[in-house]
Amino acid sequence: MTEIFGDFEVGLPASREFLTIEFSPSSLPIQKLWKNNGLSADFMADYFATFFPTEEESDGREVAHQAEVKDAVSYIANELLENAMKYGEADPTFSVSLTLQLHKDRLVFLTRNSISTVDRSEFSAAIAHIVSTEDLGSLYEEALLDESGKSGLGFLTMIMNYGAVLGWQFEGTDKEGLSLVTTMVQVAV
Amino acid sequence: MNEIAAEDYRVGYTPETGEVSFHGTLRLNGTEEYAPIVDLLDMVASSSQEKLSLNLQALDFLNSSGINMLSKFVIKMRQRGDLQIVVRGSRQIPWQGKSLKNLKRLMPSLELLFD
Repeated sequence: MTEIFGDFEVGLPASREFLTIEFSPSSLPIQKLWKNNGLSADFMADYFATFFPTEEESDGREVAHQAEVKDAVSYIANELLENAMKYGEADPTFSVSLTLQLHKDRLVFLTRNSISTVDRSEFSAAIAHIVSTEDLGSLYEEALLDESGKSGLGFLTMIMNYGAVLGWQFEGTDKEGLSLVTTMVQVAV
Repeated sequence: MNEIAAEDYRVGYTPETGEVSFHGTLRLNGTEEYAPIVDLLDMVASSSQEKLSLNLQALDFLNSSGINMLSKFVIKMRQRGDLQIVVRGSRQIPWQGKSLKNLKRLMPSLELLFD
């Protein structure tokens, strides 16, 4: 069954500028693979920063600078990869992917990973809460007190610190007890 | 133990200045991996009187688990109530300008200084 939460644009037109990283979360122990999250995020950040002016080049215009783009991409991409790895290790036959697309006025991040049915219901309850809240500040404090490691703090900081717009799409798979989730994060540039 | 160091980061305490300084990139995996840093902060807090400074001016990246760790420490210090917490950040590092103000929201008496 397909389910959508938040701002998820199903028919997003393809972008000519994009990078995709795909890997199997079970190819190595998670402690070893963890380092690749930061490496991948930093590479994407450096790569996409090239398309933006430096602060000097922007000459006072209201446009995103290289340093800001780099900071936002490295933070968001790393958080998305960390999440995908935490949830996606449930099944070795499904890979984890992160795509970052550059559109005219925004950056679009898409991560796709498998998720067990148990995690899916927990996860969708958490994101339904994030999507519907009118008080992000209180939700942020609640997330800080959560001890499960699946508090959604990463998503909340993307919204609060980077003005990100978030959406999710869940799809069923042929495998019993396993779904796929695609997370879409959009940041205006 | 006054210092925790790994390939990507270093966290050290200087008793003379009462300052804990963070360097590099902190992207550890969850509460468990942050535990040694939490222990260091707790140790420093228990031996500090009046004031404790956290210097983040050389901390290039911090993931959300790290933000969680720092925020929890600040909440703990708010509850303790007798320690002035100073956080030093850098305007040159974009995430700090966006994220550190949330620490002050958790503890309004926290002094947030940017270079």
